[in-house]
Amino acid sequence: MESAHLKAFADAEEMEISFGPQHPSTHGVLRLMVKVDGERILDVKPIIGYLHRGTEKLFERETYNGCIPHTDRMDYTAAVTNNQGLVGAVEKLMGITIPPRAAYLRMILAELQRLASHLVWLATHALDIGAQTPYFYCFEERDKILDLFEEYCGARLTTNCMRVGGMPFELTAGWTDRCRAFIDQFPAKVADWERILTKNRIWRERTVGVGVISAADAIEWGLTGPPLRGSGVRWDIRKVFPYDRYDEVEFDIPIGTNGDTYDRYLVRMEEMRQSVRIIRQCLERLPEGPVMAKVPKVIKPPKGEVYFSVEAPKGELGYYLVSEGGDTPYRLHVRPACFINLQALPEMVRGQLVADLVAVIGTLDIVLGEIDR
Amino acid sequence: MAEEEKGAAQASAPPGAPAGDAAAPPKAPWEDKPATPVPHDASAHPAVAELEAAVPGAVAEAVEMAGQVTVVVPLERLLAVCQALKGQLGYGFLVDLTVVDWPGREAGRFDVVYWLHRHRDESRLRVKVRVAEGQEVPSVTPVWKVANWMEREAFDMFGLYFGGHPNLERILTWEGFSGHPLRKDFPLEGIDTGAAIYPDVFPPGGGPVAGGGEE
Repeated sequence: MESAHLKAFADAEEMEISFGPQHPSTHGVLRLMVKVDGERILDVKPIIGYLHRGTEKLFERETYNGCIPHTDRMDYTAAVTNNQGLVGAVEKLMGITIPPRAAYLRMILAELQRLASHLVWLATHALDIGAQTPYFYCFEERDKILDLFEEYCGARLTTNCMRVGGMPFELTAGWTDRCRAFIDQFPAKVADWERILTKNRIWRERTVGVGVISAADAIEWGLTGPPLRGSGVRWDIRKVFPYDRYDEVEFDIPIGTNGDTYDRYLVRMEEMRQSVRIIRQCLERLPEGPVMAKVPKVIKPPKGEVYFSVEAPKGELGYYLVSEGGDTPYRLHVRPACFINLQALPEMVRGQLVADLVAVIGTLDIVLGEIDR
Repeated sequence: MAEEEKGAAQASAPPGAPAGDAAAPPKAPWEDKPATPVPHDASAHPAVAELEAAVPGAVAEAVEMAGQVTVVVPLERLLAVCQALKGQLGYGFLVDLTVVDWPGREAGRFDVVYWLHRHRDESRLRVKVRVAEGQEVPSVTPVWKVANWMEREAFDMFGLYFGGHPNLERILTWEGFSGHPLRKDFPLEGIDTGAAIYPDVFPPGGGPVAGGGEE
């Protein structure tokens, strides 16, 4: 069969292939137009918006506490930190100081959420690259965290577990013991996974030197969270602008040196250990007292604007709140970490192999719910 | 957060406002009335003075609220200000870029808001320009690469045109979509989008309505 069409196809040097939006390794509904020359990637163009629900428009008709469930659905693997950012913004604009017990509860839940989010990242990232085993271990541990969430607020994924002014519920009896039991056994699990992956030759071949981005470029492209720290920038919102009571606990910010996929892997693994360290300190010091500040029944922040951000597992998650003094936000804009981080994807994969594309998507740890909002 | 907030609230309260607390027994701040931050003029703030020195006449207005400084910059000076902010003043990280719609405002319908970070002293600065309907905003992508998608989102959601942008197309809605959803006059229940995507299947006005319709 010597059709001209086939010949032209075989001789073609450049090809454009559509990757996703239903491809499982795109972690949702991400579509990429990939221009390749054989196995080399010449360029990538992300096409997003398949999950756009107009969250920022919906915010404008909800009361402030009514906005919280909408934030659950942005980064649905890290609903707690989404809640934390929103209530923090409203509290900042109103000048509310939350009770110390509420602040500590928020930190415990947020760090548990960081663990859960990093577990999803590790499970799927390793699975994409071909390591199937960690997937099962990670989801087993994540399930224990979701059990703790369920016991606290009744929901496992879309937690809706904070309110403006504090926390909606007191802890159930024995929750702290179960939480402590979980974090006591957790570091050994992290060590297990590291034993599977860190020195694994296949893992290193697939991740070392893949998706490199320098520190200067990372700042230029606005990367935050582990992708920024993997490039060697020691920068974390919890240290730079401490919210809740992060200034009272001790923890380190791990950084990488080469800015490649392997370093970002190491950074996240160490972050899990640091989160355990934070939770342990919080459980030790958990103060008694109310979990809710005295706030008015109807939340009406004054006229003005404020930006408040938290260190979400994916990076800096910020809320820019403009109030006109009413009971609904005039404008509530989300600074999504994943959206900004994804923008650097073409920069990171240009010149690499198609197989590396999957590794880099995994290492950016994107959630399309937050990208598209 | 607690410390920072208390400090911010005290700093932003006008002198004399929190008086009378001295005699009352001290209450925990979470049991007391919230110390609401009050916006006040920030022309003397070091960050503003620095910018004014770098680009004379750039600051039209400066306000501080809850410890965050906002400077309003004339639209025609925007690019020069951004270049100075990044180059001379070291704001290397554009954290966020967004738009606020104020229909019917005389000074221009839209606020374009830039939120900058400087790693040297970990300080942040909000820069605002006021833009009238149909007016073009110079793109800041030559200054901060990260602005690319942010400006695309602003274009998609508000219909603001960023001049000099390398690839200004819709990003969250689809290419055939008409309207800009985050404008205040865009209906919350959505618009008829069927005709825009399948004009041969749905006659204009006859397509499915996003958000349910009226039945």
